[in-house]
Amino acid sequence: MILADASYPDELLYHDQHDWARLEGDDHAVFGVTWYAQDSLGEVVFYDPPEVGAAIDKDSSYAEVESVKAVSDVIAPLSGEIVEVNDALADAPEQINEDPYGEGWLVRVKLSSPAEAEALLGAEEYRKLLENE
Amino acid sequence: MVLPSSVGCLQLNLGAGAVPSHRRNHRIFGAGHREGVRHSLAPVRTPLYEQHVAAGAKLVDFAGWEMPVQYEGVREEHVAVRTHAGVFDVSHMGEVEVEGPGALTFLQRVLSNDVAAIGPGGAQYSCLCNEEGGVLDDLFAYRLGGDRYLLVTNSANHAADLAWLGRWSRGFDVAVRDVADRYAMLAVQGPHARAIVRATLGVELPPRMHAGAVRIGGRPAIACGTGYTGEDGVELLIDPEVAPPVWAELLDAGVVPCGLAARDTLRLEACFHLHGNDLTPERNPIEAGLGWCCVESTGFLGAEAVARARAEGTAERLAPFRIEGQGIPRQGNPVLAGGEQVGVVTSGSFSPSLEVGIGMAYLRSDLAEPGTEVEIDVRGKRRAARVASKPLYESPSSRKEK
Repeated sequence: MILADASYPDELLYHDQHDWARLEGDDHAVFGVTWYAQDSLGEVVFYDPPEVGAAIDKDSSYAEVESVKAVSDVIAPLSGEIVEVNDALADAPEQINEDPYGEGWLVRVKLSSPAEAEALLGAEEYRKLLENE
Repeated sequence: MVLPSSVGCLQLNLGAGAVPSHRRNHRIFGAGHREGVRHSLAPVRTPLYEQHVAAGAKLVDFAGWEMPVQYEGVREEHVAVRTHAGVFDVSHMGEVEVEGPGALTFLQRVLSNDVAAIGPGGAQYSCLCNEEGGVLDDLFAYRLGGDRYLLVTNSANHAADLAWLGRWSRGFDVAVRDVADRYAMLAVQGPHARAIVRATLGVELPPRMHAGAVRIGGRPAIACGTGYTGEDGVELLIDPEVAPPVWAELLDAGVVPCGLAARDTLRLEACFHLHGNDLTPERNPIEAGLGWCCVESTGFLGAEAVARARAEGTAERLAPFRIEGQGIPRQGNPVLAGGEQVGVVTSGSFSPSLEVGIGMAYLRSDLAEPGTEVEIDVRGKRRAARVASKPLYESPSSRKEK
């Protein structure tokens, strides 16, 4: 089942490629994909996570999510190094649909340039962007 | 995340079979985008377009048609067909009527199967081959009457098929008519499909692999005991004007509307070919595993080449496979054995029934045997796979009817 109603929590930062970041402390963040992203993709059947320790770059793909008929690159909202991946998604990738901001989180990252976060969107800005999609 | 609407990173592969043959190598990208393909006209809509929009379907441009790719979700629709009943609007399929004293001899010349074996009300699967034995299209031929036949073509090939049939019909006492506008086509498939259609539409249905004239919605129609899902079911050729009420009646009776995405996963599990992916004019029926529908003694166009391929064997053969573990194969992925490329995936998907990646690939013939271990290069990651036997998934409802 797909989470029925769109939601974009105020405490998150958003990338215009439909990814979110939750800042933790000064230089860590958790990433995931937005409600809009999972709704567009449909039911996720496979998440291919990056390796722990991999360096990722803002605006570049760091992972793939697949639905039955489609493959999507997941774009990093910020740069850094992967310190943890959500292993539970290997057996339950549908969590990306059911709980995109909670159990469906994708990676935890040690940020290399925390100041990049200033370029991300707030929830209200992101909602406005979606109105034009 | 790069969204389905962004061209480039997402491959919504519904089968390049949908793409006009001269652009066969292009994939369908994204919802509504097909890279490299331009239509001079707006997409054609089926008589059920309004119903699809009302049902919340995601619509895609498919061979110039605006078609529903999914409604609630691919997996739910797929499971509905495997366990209950689903209905597909396949009005984009083409219909060609072939009629006249020379119909049998003409069809015997252009179709690979033994058309003389189709009795009145019979149905038969065939390839339409070129002189080199390449597969121009695959189709069902239905014998509607004594010397009246109906061919149901793939939408992307319909215009080319018509031209081909017209060209080769010269000298035969036969009329070849494009009757695609005369029919809307609904495929009602699943273990309960026949019972629901009988009860809801009040029609007697022909047995499997037969077709019969019926009345649906108060108009003449053709009911066919065929399908593309590996389940029992029927395909209904009906008057476009009554398509909306018939569709509504089926949905009211609990039949689940299903889109092209589920149609593709269902046919792939059943190992049915998709023209443009698994069949092309560059491949002959023997390497495609369709030798069973070729009767070379009829002297059909391409028979000599097919006979040669059958006698000498082919360098490659189409084989189904399953991923052993993680990964979802996609069309175009290389197949590796011993580190070297030995083939290419022509259809690949996640299988909702088996919950694993599945596909079909042209493989070096010595490797195209069930049990052979290969690797699929899925965008740079090597995924272990094993060649399987057909079908990849066999439904209890199709077994029962055999």
